[in-house]
Amino acid sequence: MPEQKIIEIEVLRYLPEADQAPHSEVYKVPFTDDMSVLQGVQYIKDNLDGSLTFRWSCRMAICGSCGMMINGIPKLSCETFIRDYYPKRITVEALANFPIEKDLVVDLSGFIEKLESIQPYIIPKEPRTVEQGEYIQTPAQFAEYIQFTSCINCTLCYAACPQVGLDPDFIGPGAMALLHRYNMDSRDGGQAQRMELVASVEGVYNCGAVGYCSEVCPKKVNPGNAVNINKINAAKDYFLRFLSPKGGAK
Amino acid sequence: MDGWWKKNPYYVEFMVHEATALFVAAYAITLLFGLIRLGQGPEAWNGWLEAMQSPLSIIFHLALLAGFVYHTFTWFKLFPLTTPPIVINGKKLEPCAIVGGGWAAAIGAAVVSFVIVWGIAA
Repeated sequence: MPEQKIIEIEVLRYLPEADQAPHSEVYKVPFTDDMSVLQGVQYIKDNLDGSLTFRWSCRMAICGSCGMMINGIPKLSCETFIRDYYPKRITVEALANFPIEKDLVVDLSGFIEKLESIQPYIIPKEPRTVEQGEYIQTPAQFAEYIQFTSCINCTLCYAACPQVGLDPDFIGPGAMALLHRYNMDSRDGGQAQRMELVASVEGVYNCGAVGYCSEVCPKKVNPGNAVNINKINAAKDYFLRFLSPKGGAK
Repeated sequence: MDGWWKKNPYYVEFMVHEATALFVAAYAITLLFGLIRLGQGPEAWNGWLEAMQSPLSIIFHLALLAGFVYHTFTWFKLFPLTTPPIVINGKKLEPCAIVGGGWAAAIGAAVVSFVIVWGIAA
């Protein structure tokens, strides 16, 4: 049998009832080449310290729960492999730019509020009754927004965005991608309602186009593109109101 | 958030990109100064031309050129992030094609400018 390989995993711990501030603890974790960082953290909880707290669910990069800063980079820990770091130490921390609730669990309530604020549902252009039947959409119309439906709300893009760190009120890449998804939907007529938020102080002009959000996105949503397209949309909306007889959107 | 940009090479690249915009501004000011000197008569203009040929000026220009190339390179890299989707024949243009298109336009513009300046000088 080959020799058991051991990796050091340094975890940022924070127990709100006991700690003034987060601190690091190092654990020695035996691993095999097929083990993810999430499995490494699970090993710590099961065998070394049962108090370690973190979120996880599907283990296959679709639930979006297990995002962590791994060696300073926001990643889904279930699709990040220990073998790629060995023999160096792995540092695991709670996602950046969020308040820490406990250990690797962050407080997502601000993000949830942002998600709610963008009205993430279809606001029908022309409401139809059941008798009138379904809303029809062509594959070409579907293709316009499909990319932005892939978001799994893992919030890695928020951890990657320095602007979210500097201004926590910034609506941020993930919520903007979802906003754009609905705005681009041929069945939706809520653009004007959402525009107020897009062009607001918390809106797209906070973005400095660093682009790291799109780089770390595990689903290739390119949320930074949604933000930047909406800079153009907000500018158009602003200037076109001077030409529109109705005064444009509010 | 103090020193946030030093924590990740991606942020460092972004900050260097932003900083090289000052190189672009510096060159614009240099040219503007030349224009002012041109307005002040042949003597002033020839003085400016002479100053441009000094070794210090050549070093300055080489540094600006390096800054320009870096700024251009990182600018086009951001194109797929900032441009709305471009659909040709029902297919979305790939990010590499958008970046390549930017480069082609920049090189084309540089060649045309060079030919025009060469023509005027000749």
